[in-house]
Amino acid sequence: MTTSDDPDRRNVLKAGAVTLGAAAFARAVAPVTEWVDGLSVDGFLQKHYKELSKEEMNDILRRHEQKTADEYGREVQIQDVRPIPGVQFAYALNLSICIGCRKCAEACHQENNHDRRTNNSYIRVLEMTQGSLDLAHGNPNYDHPVPQPGKYYMPVQCHQCDNAPCVKVCPIEATWKEPDGIVVVDYDWCIGCRYCEAACPYHARRFNWTKPEIPADEINPDQAYLSNRIRPQGVMEKCTFCLHRTRKGRLPACLEACPTGARVFGNLADPDSEIRWVLENKRVFVLKEDAGTQPRFFYFFDV
Amino acid sequence: MSPALLLLVACDRGFSDPDRAFAAPIEGPPTYATTIVAPTTLGVVDTSRTDVHGTPIGVGCATCHGPDPSQAWAATPGEPFHTGVSLRHGNNTCDHCHDPADRTRLHLADGTSIEMGAAIQLCAQCHGKQYTNYQHGAHGGMNGYWDLRQGPRTRNHCVVCHAPHDPAIPVVSPVLPPHDRYLEPPHDHL
Ligand code: HEC
Ligand code: HEC
Ligand code: HEC
Repeated sequence: MTTSDDPDRRNVLKAGAVTLGAAAFARAVAPVTEWVDGLSVDGFLQKHYKELSKEEMNDILRRHEQKTADEYGREVQIQDVRPIPGVQFAYALNLSICIGCRKCAEACHQENNHDRRTNNSYIRVLEMTQGSLDLAHGNPNYDHPVPQPGKYYMPVQCHQCDNAPCVKVCPIEATWKEPDGIVVVDYDWCIGCRYCEAACPYHARRFNWTKPEIPADEINPDQAYLSNRIRPQGVMEKCTFCLHRTRKGRLPACLEACPTGARVFGNLADPDSEIRWVLENKRVFVLKEDAGTQPRFFYFFDV
Repeated sequence: MSPALLLLVACDRGFSDPDRAFAAPIEGPPTYATTIVAPTTLGVVDTSRTDVHGTPIGVGCATCHGPDPSQAWAATPGEPFHTGVSLRHGNNTCDHCHDPADRTRLHLADGTSIEMGAAIQLCAQCHGKQYTNYQHGAHGGMNGYWDLRQGPRTRNHCVVCHAPHDPAIPVVSPVLPPHDRYLEPPHDHL
């Protein structure tokens, strides 16, 4: 293994490359790159996201854009969208208002280039019994007109926890918390061990069992490296508060799609923001508070 | 930078190229505006007919209720031209909202006459809590930018979501849930 106590895939692989020589290394990993669909030798040797220079990042972005053009037949723009200094994101959801229409889940599906076959989304809406907060009995598969009498609806997505169990269990630092609070996954670095999926008390992470299928004309071409670019097979994915939008000042897709206005998003660090007003004036709560995860996703009822 | 932010950065693996760590800071005050979108049909009665292009034909209130006060007839539920109006809104009557002296306008509780487009003021009088929530972005939703330093925002007028005569939100059919056979039911996790 490496001499560094920092578990690092690059060092393991670089050590191999040094002893074998570049050509021999390429031959040696060839079976692996054939087995993992679409993984190139370049991809295999890629450094950790945070160790890349601007130029290296640019090469990677162009390579991914080319790959999307080749494999999906669509010109896309993949950017490395970084956090805005001084911004701390948080989200709140008014459970008195949500009617359970799942428009948020649908918007997520389209915005984030999810696999069409599975109708995947980072948002799961639970139908809950009024007066109960027992998530175990929330039904995510309801299929009848909403809202039903005696029910309320609770959309659940990644809570971007400040004390994120998913980040802690990752053996290779393929997922981490960014300075604006968003927990991201580097799909080029993830090895698909799914420890993070098991660690998440909100069941917010998804695994790409297959290569996502999306018709070219349905692909959202406005993409970011750490968010909605088309994920390869065999890696984890999760809600990123639409960082390709929100880090440019825009609202998340799920919020814009909500026909009821139940969702509130913004910058916690700004005392005049809507999200601050909600946190200061509503009795907000978080899910599974005793898990100690410190979510950035809050719920409230109008009282 | 807040202390929490510094702490977060400190315990992270650092960027070898510090220029990559953050986007450029956004300077200055919020300069972009918030626009409230009202229905274009405010003050128009639908005739349930369409023109040759298929566009619905509406009749402006002023067509019948002109500036002459003698044309501001008393409103009665079910009067021939307004049979489509069925009021399911608390114990309100037509004249709680419509200005009895000018049918092209609304009026507030103290009698102040307001434009149709200013209906939010009317709703706010009786629904102060929702109006306060609305003003703080916690009711009614929004589109565009959370950051008014970077772009503008639009918001829906109350009557876009709540038909003033029957303001309850109607029951809808939901979008289908994900049908991924690999997505285990959440029961064992949540
Ligand atoms: C709660 C306040 C309120 C009450 C009570 C009310 N209206 Fe209205 N009405 C409005 C507002 C606001 C509009 C304009 C909104 C729009 O056009 O979407 C309107 C629009 C109308 C219109 C234009 C066409 C339409 O349907 O939008 C007619 C006609 C009308 N009202 C008749 C009546 C009659 C008749 C009554 C009593 C049976 C009545 N209204 C009671 C608030 C009210
Ligand atoms: C004169 C007072 C008054 C005005 C003006 C008024 N409302 Fe109401 N509204 C009421 C009352 C009374 C109720 C019934 C409350 C109840 O049943 O508890 C009500 C109920 C409602 C409801 C709940 C309906 C339901 O069944 O869920 C909504 C939504 C609503 N109003 C929206 C509006 C909007 C939008 C406007 C402006 C166009 C408006 N109201 C103007 C008095 C008013
Ligand atoms: C984006 C759509 C939207 C807009 C805009 C909107 N509302 Fe609502 N409003 C809702 C929904 C959804 C509910 C919950 C209704 C339900 O559960 O049936 C609601 C509920 C209400 C209620 C009933 C609350 C209760 O406890 O029953 C009132 C009153 C109300 N809104 C007033 C307003 C007023 C006044 C405005 C404008 C300042 C406004 N709304 C703007 C979507 C909207």
